[in-house]
Amino acid sequence: MKVLELFIIVLGIPLLAFPQERDSVIINSDMHEVTVYGRQRDEIVPSQRLSGERLESLRSHSVADALRYFSGVQIKDYGGVGGLKTVDVRSMGTNHMGVFYDGIQLGNAQNGLVDLGRFSMENIEEIALYNGQKAQIFQPARDFGTSGSVYIRTRRPRFDESKRYNVRAVLKGGSFGQISPTIVWEQKWNKRISTSLSADYTGADGKYKFRYRRVLPSGTVAWDTTAVRQNGDLCSFRIEGAVFGNTDDGTWNAKVYYYDSNRGIPGAIVNNVWRFAQRQWDRNFFVQGSWIKHVSQRYKFQVAGKYANDWMRYLNPDETTMLLDNRFRQNELYLSTAHNIELLPRWELNVSADYQYNRLNANLANFVYPSRHTLLVAVATQYQFWRFRVMASLLGTNVWDRTTVVQSKVRDALSRWTPAVYISCNPIKDNTDLSLRFFYKKIFRLPTFNDLYYTEVGNTSLKPENTQQLDFGLIYQHDWKRGVFRHLEFKTDWYCSKVDNKIIAVPRGSGQYRWMMMNVGKVRILGVETTAQTVMRWCRDWSMVLCANYTYQSAQDRTDPTDNDPYYGTYGGQIAYIPWHSGSATANLKWKQLSLNYAFVYVGERYHASSNIRENYEQPWYTHDLSIGYTFRRFTFTLECNNVFDQQYDVVPNYPMPGRNWKGSIRVEL
Amino acid sequence: MRNVQAFLTMYSIIVLMASCRQDVIVWPSESETAGNAEHGPVTGFYLLNEGNMGSNKCTLDYYDYTNATYTRNIYGNANPDVVKELGDVGNDLQIYGSKLWAVINCSNKVEVMDAATATRIGQIEIPNCRYIAFDGPYAYITSYAGPVQIDDNYKQLGYVARVDTATLQITDKCLVGYQPDGIAILDGYAYVCNSGGYMVNNYETTVSVVNLSSMTEERRIPVAVNLQYAVADRFGQLWVSSRGDYYDAPASLYWIDRPGSSAIVNELTSPAGGHVAASAMTLCGDSLYIVGTEFSYVTQETTMTYGIVNVRTHSLVSTNFITDGTDSRIRRPYSVAVNPDNGQMLVADARDYVNPGRLYCFSPDGVRLWDVRTGDIPAHFVFMRRQ
Repeated sequence: MKVLELFIIVLGIPLLAFPQERDSVIINSDMHEVTVYGRQRDEIVPSQRLSGERLESLRSHSVADALRYFSGVQIKDYGGVGGLKTVDVRSMGTNHMGVFYDGIQLGNAQNGLVDLGRFSMENIEEIALYNGQKAQIFQPARDFGTSGSVYIRTRRPRFDESKRYNVRAVLKGGSFGQISPTIVWEQKWNKRISTSLSADYTGADGKYKFRYRRVLPSGTVAWDTTAVRQNGDLCSFRIEGAVFGNTDDGTWNAKVYYYDSNRGIPGAIVNNVWRFAQRQWDRNFFVQGSWIKHVSQRYKFQVAGKYANDWMRYLNPDETTMLLDNRFRQNELYLSTAHNIELLPRWELNVSADYQYNRLNANLANFVYPSRHTLLVAVATQYQFWRFRVMASLLGTNVWDRTTVVQSKVRDALSRWTPAVYISCNPIKDNTDLSLRFFYKKIFRLPTFNDLYYTEVGNTSLKPENTQQLDFGLIYQHDWKRGVFRHLEFKTDWYCSKVDNKIIAVPRGSGQYRWMMMNVGKVRILGVETTAQTVMRWCRDWSMVLCANYTYQSAQDRTDPTDNDPYYGTYGGQIAYIPWHSGSATANLKWKQLSLNYAFVYVGERYHASSNIRENYEQPWYTHDLSIGYTFRRFTFTLECNNVFDQQYDVVPNYPMPGRNWKGSIRVEL
Repeated sequence: MRNVQAFLTMYSIIVLMASCRQDVIVWPSESETAGNAEHGPVTGFYLLNEGNMGSNKCTLDYYDYTNATYTRNIYGNANPDVVKELGDVGNDLQIYGSKLWAVINCSNKVEVMDAATATRIGQIEIPNCRYIAFDGPYAYITSYAGPVQIDDNYKQLGYVARVDTATLQITDKCLVGYQPDGIAILDGYAYVCNSGGYMVNNYETTVSVVNLSSMTEERRIPVAVNLQYAVADRFGQLWVSSRGDYYDAPASLYWIDRPGSSAIVNELTSPAGGHVAASAMTLCGDSLYIVGTEFSYVTQETTMTYGIVNVRTHSLVSTNFITDGTDSRIRRPYSVAVNPDNGQMLVADARDYVNPGRLYCFSPDGVRLWDVRTGDIPAHFVFMRRQ
């Protein structure tokens, strides 16, 4: 039982250090589907993962909601079914996150934001979060190019001995007038080739009640108002097809994806304004494929490619504000090749080269129609000796922008090398339970097309926004073959990072709505992440997975040293929307065909501006979600209640979040 | 099982220790001492902080000369039962008679308060309202939200609304140009600065002349692109500022001689012959105080101007009325006001627009007397006189 004591003590350290505020912890497991994938032995530093039963219990959520259970992740959520949700890892900013879908990055050269609502949880097998980069060397160059990455992997068809097909149909519905049918059909054509086709539709009126309430210092109610959130409706359709192939010495796959949506944009609830009319339409299409071949024991390569075409229309028909009808179209072409050679046993070298082309069209006045060529080269090596594994990579980035308007300014060509080093070590002889890890990574994000060229706001003199990360962590895990505890895992990471040349909107000239992007921000981040997880089994039919995670972050604005008043100064203030304390806990209890899931998310107090004064204060929020599932032959029924205690909260001020809401689903597998 | 219990106990302790949500208190006001008490005819001033769009953080501050106290957020204290406080983006502030009028742009309303206490009297619903001026029993308010012309560019004319200051009812409207901003009244005519601010590349260039007796637009005076403010002086001249088009045309300042008849438009130039940028301006005696900010793509720097224009001689007599170097601390001069009683100059610094601004008070010779923290984007001043 020493192990548990150690676990509690170590878990307790960061908690004791900040006792007043709060709390808790954990995630995740490599436990499930071990037979299929095993532990990701190629990775020097393990990721946070959601898969298997834990992912099953989150099926009805969106991908962004599922990410809340990772430590170090902050979600900025504007509320509702179709509301924008953006993901920020370790306070570095949304644009530093790379989102990879089946191994290929989802791009948005226009504004750097990837709408995670475009993907269906029904079709996802695993979501993994990596700080820095995926710590393996055999990957495209682009995978070395982000400060943090989320890898979404769709379900790869698997068939029972006797079956040639799987069909899964799901019908979900519940609060917000939501109805959402999904169908997935997987077919095995022969030993080598299988396909999958999935489609879903989501319709929702997005209406929910919200309440704002203020009291006087004496405690009596000053005002208390309840209203219905309007214009949060969503109608979306997604279809996705994939072909998976095996050859004697490799694998290949190809995928086609199309998503079409029409949604209302619920605006900020301010004095005298309670409803909105803005709308957005999206059409996203992409086709991608990759091929991996093991040429010999010592040499393998992969080739990957993608073409994406994204269309977006934004309409503001509200006559009390500026009428707008903007359309944007983006094209992206991406090609990648990676070559891995084993130089000596335990010493591998990888060389990758990627080419990417982006183009943006828009019906904006004075628009310059920018396009961008990006050439990436990565050299990475991995070496194992004694109890150490070391990985080092160097990424070279070359970028050229073009605009069709001859006289307009274009940003200068950029050429830059950025390194990363990952080291892991098993300090105890012949024991892999405990491992220590370290990484350093320096990388940058390019200014987006909007940053550079958006009419009036854009600034072609922008430099890339740099990040540097230093991380030290340990992980302890142990498996038992019998007893109540079958698996125990404890992870902690201590990190410091800095963001320089942060691109922020700065007022320009006269009038409030004249902004311009400038490289002025500086942020210093110190953080601790702790994750603990255990898997228990007893009395043959019972099992339970408990996870908790806790994150402490100090993300200080270091932009303007002269603005240093200890109370209201922005220098040294916690940056907007980053809580000092946040965490989550989940419990999944299973008995025969019955499962019960509980999830708790906590986001501590924070401020909505770097000046940490009471006018900018935001309350903590925390939600409890419960769900119950029952499997009967080929049918699975689930019922869930989210935000059980009906907490009325805002993640972003004036964007009210839903209170208690319900969902139900029926799933049938043939 | 003991271990499970230990874990669960630990977990409950953690949850209990967590800081929890509390009731949110109506924004309380906050006072601090600034400067020295004075007992002149001007007893204080209100400062309206715009607050960033969507933040609902328009706030009202008050400085009391009689006890040298600056108080932030007085609206919540005076009107604790108003749902969602003062509103989103304050755009203008005036006192007329015993009433304080605040034009709240994104809340689509004009808030009318008692000038002595800031308690609410009522509100007038005017979508996308911008600036306000008074004449006789009426208030005249500009608005962007006129009828929409259905074409590809969604052109939308603005209007001037006439509001009865006693009943707070809109009694008449007069269409003017696209996106009308500043308004000044002179001899029975309202002069409205048309900006065309929603129509990049097709900015408006004129001042609309509205006959207040008939509430009709009589004609337009061509001045320059994207006009913002109009101020009438005692010589019957109209001072008009242009924001420029942010590309080729720089921000500039004009005066119009005899705007009611022949209307001769002249541009004010600096002694060196350059344009004079006026992001905000205020008239005190024969001096027009201006603050200006101009961004240069070449140097990536913003140049600030703190100028004084003699409206009688039409000359820029000072390009920096701050004489003690305090201007190096000001990041974004956003507004200026001058106390007509003691000549003290007030400069509001909006800083980065998302964090609190700062208010600087200067002696008539440009030496800083005091400075205080304000709300977000301090912008519109109005002086209170002894009744």
